[in-house]
Amino acid sequence: MNELALEVGGLAKRFRLHTQGGVEIEVFRDLDLAVRAGECVALHGPSGCGKSTLLRALYANYAVDAGSIRVRHAKGWADMARAEPRAILDVRRRTMGYVSQFLRVIPRVPALEIVAEPLRQRGIAAEEAHSRAGAMLARLNVPERLWGLAPATFSGGEQQRVNIARGFIAEMPILLLDEPTAALDAANRAVVADLILERKRAGTAIVGIFHDAEIRAQVCDRLFEIAPFKVAA
Amino acid sequence: MSAVDQPLLRVESLTRYFGARAACRDVSFDLWPGEVMGVVGESGSGKTTLLNCLSARLRPDAGRVLYQTRHEGVVDIYDLREAERRLLMRTDWGLVHQNPRDGLRMGVSAGANIGERLMAVGARHYGEIRDAASAWLGRVEIDLSRIDDRPRAFSGGMQQRLQIARNLVTAPRIVFMDEPTGGLDVSVQARLLDLLRELVRELHLSVVIVTHDLAVVRLLAHRLLVMRQGEVVEAGLTDQVLDDPQHPYTQLLVSSVLQA
Amino acid sequence: MNTGGYNFAYLDEQTKRMLRRTILKAVAIPGYQVPFGDREMPMPHGWGTGGIQVTAAIIGPDDVLKVIDQGADDTTNAVSIRKFFAKTAGVATTTRTEDATIVQTRHRIPEKPLHEGQILVYQVPIPEPLRWLEPRETETRKMHALSEYGIMHVRLYEDIATHGRIATSYDYPVQVNDRYMMRPSPIPKFDNPKMDMNPALQLFGAGREKRIYAVPPYTKVKSLDFDDYPFEVQSWDQSCALCGAGDSFLDEIITSDRGDRMFVCSDSDYCQDRQAARSKEAAE
Repeated sequence: MNELALEVGGLAKRFRLHTQGGVEIEVFRDLDLAVRAGECVALHGPSGCGKSTLLRALYANYAVDAGSIRVRHAKGWADMARAEPRAILDVRRRTMGYVSQFLRVIPRVPALEIVAEPLRQRGIAAEEAHSRAGAMLARLNVPERLWGLAPATFSGGEQQRVNIARGFIAEMPILLLDEPTAALDAANRAVVADLILERKRAGTAIVGIFHDAEIRAQVCDRLFEIAPFKVAA
Repeated sequence: MSAVDQPLLRVESLTRYFGARAACRDVSFDLWPGEVMGVVGESGSGKTTLLNCLSARLRPDAGRVLYQTRHEGVVDIYDLREAERRLLMRTDWGLVHQNPRDGLRMGVSAGANIGERLMAVGARHYGEIRDAASAWLGRVEIDLSRIDDRPRAFSGGMQQRLQIARNLVTAPRIVFMDEPTGGLDVSVQARLLDLLRELVRELHLSVVIVTHDLAVVRLLAHRLLVMRQGEVVEAGLTDQVLDDPQHPYTQLLVSSVLQA
Repeated sequence: MNTGGYNFAYLDEQTKRMLRRTILKAVAIPGYQVPFGDREMPMPHGWGTGGIQVTAAIIGPDDVLKVIDQGADDTTNAVSIRKFFAKTAGVATTTRTEDATIVQTRHRIPEKPLHEGQILVYQVPIPEPLRWLEPRETETRKMHALSEYGIMHVRLYEDIATHGRIATSYDYPVQVNDRYMMRPSPIPKFDNPKMDMNPALQLFGAGREKRIYAVPPYTKVKSLDFDDYPFEVQSWDQSCALCGAGDSFLDEIITSDRGDRMFVCSDSDYCQDRQAARSKEAAE
């Protein structure tokens, strides 16, 4: 069995909405999850049960109230629930990738640059980063005429594919995927499935949200239920 | 511990009063090499006072600003002799003002504006100074043909880019920015932000950027301090603070912004 | 001695003492501008009141005074000041550089080399070399204190960028004794090299701005420049039309409405000496 890549223990998350009279929304509590290298886990549960919230918490995009998110990183472990910002950014730069549902467009920055960015951040020279980014965009059927343009005007599907290219190019040991195929046609869904399987073979631990049952069956090893009863328990 | 494992700037319990009112109270943080820290808050929240204290222009009433020098270890910048402090400000540090008029010499050419810091630290070869000025104009996307024009004749965005070039020519390690995109058109802002992102990465700059524009910090800053009434009410990773704000004030601030 | 009812050299003794203390301080810190209490003089600012007060403070009954304006002894300003001291101090005056113990000057340094014991007093309109870039007095004082002189080169840079060479030709900035930046007053930069290691004491008085500064004898005075644009003085294709000198500072004089012109020495004493020597040679 492969070694652990991600280990979540006793995780709790609630939102306190101060602008709405201090309403508290508890999302999950005492959540445990372990993911091994090469394993793909699909978060599962009804809409609104906190799948996206968990994914964001794993990436430290959301803060958590209790528990730990241990990530195998740089020959040791980092706790995304507690680490300093710069340590979290280092995990994101070298260990953990995140493909969100929507591309956060940066004004004026062309698609090729957006995709190459994770490589550039790791110090890979512009030329090599660009050529690898181009190959990845080509594989995802993003027409070359778009590479030099900022994606603000792209279609939803095109934006999603730029986003996926950016997420996969860095070949991170851990990948978080939030509905990566939602806006894609069958051909591109197949490309993404291939990419995921490829990463798994390379030993990447993957946690994702897959509404598409076909893709889920194709790439996932198991389901992780986030059930509302967790809150009640 | 090597210098690489040390913060470049360590701020300890910085406090500054204006009369009885604390414009900035008990602010502490570390700034690491290559790190961009955003300071957000509404007008009067103390963010500009904080920036002035950090950039050696306003002595705090309490607390320390410790700087990791290139060769002489850690110094409290307010313990330095004034000559040393001013030398640091001309070499290791940069300061980008909101209003380019405060940061540029409007009466001399763009080339001289860029060359000034070089001449201030002893450059005495006209050809080399001019070459450096030309190279920097190129990097901030100002046409070389404008090198002998005065900044008065430049657009707001160009003036701001010139101000950045003027600061970066001596390869500073920290740049302090006060609302660098304030007063610029949205499209001009985007270009400036893009340029700043690029420069920060290439030059491995540490930056403290004060702004009330959350979109600016989302694009540029690794970390965020949220200030209110002179105090830091929330601090952390930029996207975490903006996407999952904890403090009531931060929640209000974030929810008040129109989503583009 | 008859001083026409005035106190010796016009100023009262207290004022002269104050000025002398200021001058001593200025000599002790070469190039540093020392503030002083400017007194009302019987002529307006702009007529050399700073230089006159300095001269009044240092002149004694045995001194021999020469006064020049733009190099000439016979212009209104020079004549008036010479008469002023002849009347109020009863001192001897001269037009011969080598005979003078004190030379008060506006805009020139005499062509004949000065010697030890002589004092050259400059009239200064604007003493602060940093003023063109920095209007705040508090800031310029701080810049002097910390030797922050980089911006002086900004000005030379602008000159080269605009004209292809350093076009500044008057009041060309110098650094004194490797320390203070100084304005030499509006002398042509042709005269700048004469200030360097000069055996005479050089005193500078700015009346309106209330500053006195000094270059003691044998003090280094360096004109600013760039490595690739070294300091250069003016030169002329012509020689003096009157004395034939090829090594002096020449004034261009328009001699007719048709635009005829001639070049003559700006230093009248130097020119006359040379003319006298020539006619003597011719006679022999």
